[in-house]
Amino acid sequence: MSKGKVWKYGDDVNTDVIFPGKYTYSVLDPEEMAKHALEDLDPAFALEVKPGDIVLAGKNFGCGSSREQAATCLKYAGVQAVVAKSFARIFFRNAINQGLPVVQCSEAVDNADAGEEISIDFSKGVVETSKGVFDFVPLPQSILRILDAGGLIPFTKKKMEKGKN
Amino acid sequence: MGQTFSEKVLSAKAGKWVRAGEIVTVSPDYILSHDNSAAIIKEFHKLAITTVRCTDKIVIVLDHVVPASTEKYAQNHKEIREFVREQNILHFFDVQHGICHQVFSENGFALPGKLILGADSHTTSYGAFGAFSVGIGRSEAASVWATDEIWLKVPETIRIEMSGKLPAMVFTKDVILKIIGEVGADRANYKAVEFAGPAVQGFSLASRLVMANMAAEMGAKNGYFFPDEKALAWLNGKARSEFDVMVSDPDAVYEAILSYDISSIEPQVACPHTVDNVCAVTEVEGTLFHQAIIGTCTNGRVEDLKVAAQILKGKKIQSGIRVLIIPASRREYLRALREGDLEILVDAGCLVLNPGCGPCLGAHQGVLAPGEVAVSTANRNFRGRMGSRDSAIYLASPATVAASALEGRIADPRNLV
Repeated sequence: MSKGKVWKYGDDVNTDVIFPGKYTYSVLDPEEMAKHALEDLDPAFALEVKPGDIVLAGKNFGCGSSREQAATCLKYAGVQAVVAKSFARIFFRNAINQGLPVVQCSEAVDNADAGEEISIDFSKGVVETSKGVFDFVPLPQSILRILDAGGLIPFTKKKMEKGKN
Repeated sequence: MGQTFSEKVLSAKAGKWVRAGEIVTVSPDYILSHDNSAAIIKEFHKLAITTVRCTDKIVIVLDHVVPASTEKYAQNHKEIREFVREQNILHFFDVQHGICHQVFSENGFALPGKLILGADSHTTSYGAFGAFSVGIGRSEAASVWATDEIWLKVPETIRIEMSGKLPAMVFTKDVILKIIGEVGADRANYKAVEFAGPAVQGFSLASRLVMANMAAEMGAKNGYFFPDEKALAWLNGKARSEFDVMVSDPDAVYEAILSYDISSIEPQVACPHTVDNVCAVTEVEGTLFHQAIIGTCTNGRVEDLKVAAQILKGKKIQSGIRVLIIPASRREYLRALREGDLEILVDAGCLVLNPGCGPCLGAHQGVLAPGEVAVSTANRNFRGRMGSRDSAIYLASPATVAASALEGRIADPRNLV
């Protein structure tokens, strides 16, 4: 995986600050969603984020609503992966289902600063920061297959096509 | 070794004995969605298939922005109605019915032992009736419409034992806020929460819904109450189908057992901007606010409106503030109307909105300007949720919100007794 610049946030980053509720039924295009990513947490993010950047956060990232746009807006903003101490359950599923890799690795979060470049090796299960190399438990194969397909919809589509043949 | 409720339901659905930590592929009994059905339909079409599976399992309730406030929302609703017709979806509730969680419950879909999926985080609500109900995302909802199956991890369970009796002007809303404040917003992440103990039998079904609904705010995958005689009596005549009461074995293994004596709980307030930022009402008494809200899927039932009406009867709300009343459903609205509660509330100066989510998620009907403060009976107070990112939300029980509406400042409802 190529290196990505770090955007670092705290604990309990919720879905309302990732993608405000007022846009949930009016902003429908993923590229447009990306323009509002993290709007109520860090208005600079959507303006300055570059493809391949990495979001680092504390515990319970993505808590709150089931709105999948919280994952979609980050993916279309170009975010390569979200590394957090832990993820809220529905966000975790939504991210996988949108093809946005999620990495649970507390040590990496504690040992990387905003603005530095870090890299993630998903197959080996390591995050490399300026302060060291930190292991994480790779996602199970069944989930990696969904990520590899680009998300749940392309994954299900492929599965159903296979079923027909 | 015995099983928890969640392990039992998922074992029954998976057709094999499972325990916490295992991953199962299961077929749900019902799948709920709301205004987000328009987005789910878009994902469904990407699958390049023409028809949904199990049209009798899909339940769609329009509630988030009802009636439509802009052309875009109107277009969403239109696309959903067209899809419902084309696909012959049996259970569709248009804009006049109310909030999905109340409509789903009162129409007898939320039943003991059922596996219910909902494209909404507060789908945990149906645990009030002994169902296993979990929130999912849009892609998953579309995928379930197409395949009639989903993978789920069997959750560990936290059991919350409640004893004692609620003091005057203290409600299950205060109990759940107290618990969330103590354990934190992620304590139950990926886990089931089982509400139990001798205090539960004293709780009405509406009060149980409050707790199961807000289990989501401690991160829970699902909430659960054992469906006792009171629950079964409530379901009598409403249940849509046969059901099996499922209950945790006495020797089930829990991740933790937490005990609360509810007799000593004071009215609680969740302060901005997280639901676990909780204190006793006495610590924030006197805080000025601009708008009060009594309603939502958490506290918009007749029981809640009645508490507010009793407090506001023959009185006027403080001048200079707005008080919005949002019944959870048309049925609850009609009952509160017939029983005189709405008349009292309107007479006191409150504004009654149509049943729906209203301003709870900041989409319409009473959003907040920068610098404004709301006191609400809703379940979430995240920054910017109800409008401006520079507004603030306090969460409390209907009694605390009504008492505060009289004063124009956050007030302790016990002072009215």
